[in-house]
Amino acid sequence: MSAAVPAEGEVRDLSVEMPPARGRRRRWTSYILPVYSWLVLIYLLIPIAFMVIYSFNQSHSRLPQVNYKWEGFTTKWYQQWNGIPGLGDAFFLSIKLALATTIVAAIVGTLLALALVKYRFRGKGGVEQTMFTNIAAPEIVLGASLLGFFITLNVDRGFVTLLLAHVMFSIAYVTITVRARLSGYDLNVEWAAQDLGATPWVTFWKVTLPLIYPGIMAGALLAFALSIDDFVTSSFVAGNSTTFPLWVYAAVRVGIPPQVFVLGTVIFTAGVIVAAMNLVSQGRRKRQEEAARKKANEPDESVVDVEAEFNVGVR
Amino acid sequence: MERHVHPDLPVEPDEPPRRSRRRFQPAPYLLGAPAILWLAILFIVPLFTMLSLSLQTCDPNTYACTMTWNFGEFGNVISRYSDQLIRSIVYAGAATVIDLVIAFPLAYWIAFYGGRRKNFYLLMLLVPFFVSFVIRTTAWQFLLADQGPILGPLKSLHLLPQNYHVLATWIAVVAGMAYNYLPFTALPLYVALERIDRRVIEAAGDLYSNRTSVFMRVIFPLAIPGIFAAFLLTFVPAAGDFVNASILGGTNNTMIGNVIQQAFLVQNDYPAASALSAILMAAMLIGIFAYSKILGARTIEEYV
Repeated sequence: MSAAVPAEGEVRDLSVEMPPARGRRRRWTSYILPVYSWLVLIYLLIPIAFMVIYSFNQSHSRLPQVNYKWEGFTTKWYQQWNGIPGLGDAFFLSIKLALATTIVAAIVGTLLALALVKYRFRGKGGVEQTMFTNIAAPEIVLGASLLGFFITLNVDRGFVTLLLAHVMFSIAYVTITVRARLSGYDLNVEWAAQDLGATPWVTFWKVTLPLIYPGIMAGALLAFALSIDDFVTSSFVAGNSTTFPLWVYAAVRVGIPPQVFVLGTVIFTAGVIVAAMNLVSQGRRKRQEEAARKKANEPDESVVDVEAEFNVGVR
Repeated sequence: MERHVHPDLPVEPDEPPRRSRRRFQPAPYLLGAPAILWLAILFIVPLFTMLSLSLQTCDPNTYACTMTWNFGEFGNVISRYSDQLIRSIVYAGAATVIDLVIAFPLAYWIAFYGGRRKNFYLLMLLVPFFVSFVIRTTAWQFLLADQGPILGPLKSLHLLPQNYHVLATWIAVVAGMAYNYLPFTALPLYVALERIDRRVIEAAGDLYSNRTSVFMRVIFPLAIPGIFAAFLLTFVPAAGDFVNASILGGTNNTMIGNVIQQAFLVQNDYPAASALSAILMAAMLIGIFAYSKILGARTIEEYV
């Protein structure tokens, strides 16, 4: 390892024509950027670490509240996770809402991504500008304008309006994620499938969907995270229903019970596990594809034959 | 292969290519229809409802509103809530600048040195979203408490005066916003840096450019559209934020978001709330318009 590092430095020095003194100095400075970046990534996790650690904190007051004083380790709050009236209901409402949002937004957003990648059409620019505006718009504007809209139409606020709103702010994120993965794939395979006699329906299920599946999973995950995270828009359109973040916000003033951190930890852990699984399967797939490509480039008679035949057929 | 063409239809290749390309294709509209309709009905139309509400006059007792084309409401809310408007701009601006400074090296590192682990680092940026940002902000409230894990030790070492506090000051609000919006800054920056053609950088090296001038004269200029996109995607949502101000800022640091929320949900003053929301929205649209004027309309689509 130590022998490889100076060799790499030498090569770089030759190409950039640096004096050797600077090359030596770069060796310790080259750690600054990775260390800094890791510190920022860890900084993003600080409040989450606080939440996880303090979900195990003992509390001796009569009405248990989260406190920054460490009073001893306990799993009591995990056993009594449903001990606070209203909190469990709010938690399950949020889970139900996030799952419904994920399913609807994943389907609707993926269809739009397919339209944007595969076709040029009138109004495409407008759709993309709308998506950007939707993402950049302050949440309070989304929430306030929706509430004004629902009041004008005299719509009762509740689960349905929450779902409508959550899907609305998730679509653009799903579309962008799916589109990003789609543009990396060669969609000519669809034409190939149709040339081989597959109907559009079969092509979609057997060719397109397996190709874009990781992108859809990533988009769905993002929609789930956005929905479970949302507070501002929900606070406007929830009516009398209370989601988990709404419950927590209302409790902040009087002090939040440790069970909030317990449920937060549970959601976080589940989300990270699913995201990690998607990441691992994506990595494995990439490696398989690379291996397949390497194999195809090796002089292999059967492959060459098929290609030659295919070319003749096209001509 | 045999062609199955209806005798009445013209055979396609004989037509000029321009016409055949212009032929109406229903497929993209059918695929996009659910999403486009969803956004049109629940995003665009409500914005116009909001605009119309801001021009109406409402009865303070029955909350029934009628259109009076009351443009005065805009001047009225601007003068009434000028403190909160200025605070929103200053706090959000400070948080955005801090985020740009923090996020740029990180995005640069992921884009240029991330290698095979790029997706892992990007996931690390998004992982905080699995915890509701109300909870994350509440956690900061505990972390920044007067005798909490950060200020407590500093005070016992006499590095800070005993009566020093961060909560209920503008510092806490800006710090909270900078924390919460950091991923929104880092991701567009990453997209811009990732997209830079590595051959351009090699070429600069071949032309005897050193690392500093490669960065200043090649990488940074190419990243400017991303910086602008990151600015928009951080500043505008932060300016409308009210959770950080109300959890971390106490009563003296309210922002425009707090006013809108109060006016809409507590005082039922729909015209004032709508006028303030419309001002926020207008500021954002001006930003997007300026972006497409300066950097070209097509580049902005790349960041959506």
